[in-house]
Amino acid sequence: MPSDSALRIVWIYPDLLSTYGDQGNVLVLEQRAQRRGILTETIHVRSADPIPETGDIYLIGGGEDRPQILAAQRLRRDGGLHRAIARGAAMLAVCAGYQIMGSTFGGEEGQPVDGIGLLDISSSRGPARAVGELVAEVDAALNLPALTGFENHMGVTHLGPGVRPLSKTIKGVGNGDGFEGCYAGHVVGTYLHGPALARNPALADLLLSWRVGQLAPLDDSRYEALRKERLATVLQG
Amino acid sequence: MTQLPLRAQLASALGRSAATLSRMTGRGDGSVIGGRVGLLLEPDLLRQLARDRKLALVSATNGKTTTTRLITSALLELGEVATNAFGANMPAGHVSALSQHKRAPYGVLEVDEKYLPEVLNTTGASVVCLMNLSRDQMDRAAEIWLLAQKWRRALEGKPTHVIANCDDPLVTWGASTAAKVTWVAGGQRWKEDSWCCPECGGPLDRKDADWACRECTFHRPEPQWVVDGDAAIDPRGQRWLLDIQLPGQANRSNAVMALAVANAFGVPVERALPRLREVTSVAGRYTTVERDGRFARLLLSKNPAGWLEAFDVADPQLPIILSVNAQGPDGRDTSWLWDVDYRILRGRPVFVTGERRLDLALRLDVADVPFTLCETFAEALAMQPPGRVDVIANYTAFQQIRSEFGRAV
Repeated sequence: MPSDSALRIVWIYPDLLSTYGDQGNVLVLEQRAQRRGILTETIHVRSADPIPETGDIYLIGGGEDRPQILAAQRLRRDGGLHRAIARGAAMLAVCAGYQIMGSTFGGEEGQPVDGIGLLDISSSRGPARAVGELVAEVDAALNLPALTGFENHMGVTHLGPGVRPLSKTIKGVGNGDGFEGCYAGHVVGTYLHGPALARNPALADLLLSWRVGQLAPLDDSRYEALRKERLATVLQG
Repeated sequence: MTQLPLRAQLASALGRSAATLSRMTGRGDGSVIGGRVGLLLEPDLLRQLARDRKLALVSATNGKTTTTRLITSALLELGEVATNAFGANMPAGHVSALSQHKRAPYGVLEVDEKYLPEVLNTTGASVVCLMNLSRDQMDRAAEIWLLAQKWRRALEGKPTHVIANCDDPLVTWGASTAAKVTWVAGGQRWKEDSWCCPECGGPLDRKDADWACRECTFHRPEPQWVVDGDAAIDPRGQRWLLDIQLPGQANRSNAVMALAVANAFGVPVERALPRLREVTSVAGRYTTVERDGRFARLLLSKNPAGWLEAFDVADPQLPIILSVNAQGPDGRDTSWLWDVDYRILRGRPVFVTGERRLDLALRLDVADVPFTLCETFAEALAMQPPGRVDVIANYTAFQQIRSEFGRAV
């Protein structure tokens, strides 16, 4: 039910970028808001449609090279995401979507393709595919427990002075420089699908809290059981 | 058939011995090791074994093994058929299958999607059957847009007759460079990988089964064969009640693809269809196993599209056991669980097991589907009241269950 007071979650271009379980991030945000009695309204924006500027949390996911290039072109032409972020909206950009947020990324043949410049990063094609579980210590300023998730990408991402690393990798490749992901203001980028928010409910709560303030605690036993099993298995192996 | 060169004969024979040894020592069904040995001795073995036979290659994300089995059954009307019935769908498996039936004039080979160009080039198969493409085991499988592009290049300039599902836009695009295509309206339940035009990236407009790109000329071709509920409509407009024993709409679609392939080999529907009706289970899929009065029907599904088809088959009146692993053959990444809509299971008793049961448990929790978590499949089965239960498992979870029941299925 659309309502002025509902938290608006905007999923950008699921028709182009949603190959890696990205729907999970939408579902986890919805669930964690609703279980606290916060109304939500989720908008799936197809790539032929304009991006609404009045969303609270924007999500963009992973995908193949060609859809990634198409998505970048359309986001630039549309401009709605830039205006939303300028109004203070939060965003989680994953994998191909993360790379798009920078100034450039590597295309199908490794050629540089223009990103949309929402984050001070640039990406290129790395020497080998990074596939596997990742564990990382989150930047202390964010006060979050360890990140856990699955990465699958060929990108190397260079962080500029306008962003901070999201986390320092303990296991896995991430940006390729010992760090994984980045953030600036209320925009977070990460290579983790997995999906990231299902494996890291505290990150989901951070995005929510940026829009609605302090959150009541939830029974997180299902999340914690999975986190414990994954972290133990991955750090052992 | 012409005689194989001596080296190829030797390679083929030694491969068969290796396969027999593998079976006798209980290491496997022998279909991979035998072919590997043969290919090691004669790298050109697959081409030589394929020569002078009429071959059909079968590829898709889902339904390859079943459709291969259905086509094989239909072609038995013509004579002996060589086939890789157990899903060994890379060149070693093809060598093994053709070696085991040296004199078979026909062959039906299930082919891994990535290997289709190579196997088509090597074997020069005259018929190729393409059913569907969707996201699958993304940590190791190729990206599907890229895959369809490779199919296009492989088919271009060859005399191959392609039988393809025109309800899947990506398959249509992948098949449309072929010299001759018979289009089958085979249906498409999972649409999440085909909202964009494979040709130009524009939005696809869909209306019922029809689809067309809003920005370029790419559109759904006119089908010659149509799957209409439990019936096939052939190119002359004649309607045939399928009445096959394999359950679910996906298998009715597979059956119509098989009828179209059989027709390309000269087997008319009236002769092919009775053969398809004889097929009851395929490499353990759809089979029912029994323990202590619990009858568990085993459904294999490996990816989001496959789970949707399995939900179509599962009986809503019955409890259901779900088992998920993430070993190499399953894909080590479980994120695909988030692409499956589990809400259809609300209201049934649901039991969750497998090595990655905690991933599935969280997924179901977020979908508000109540469930019981079980350490093992045996425990989940023992919790059932006597009677029937459905089981959906992904690849290695499925194989573990089969092994537990002695593979007597």
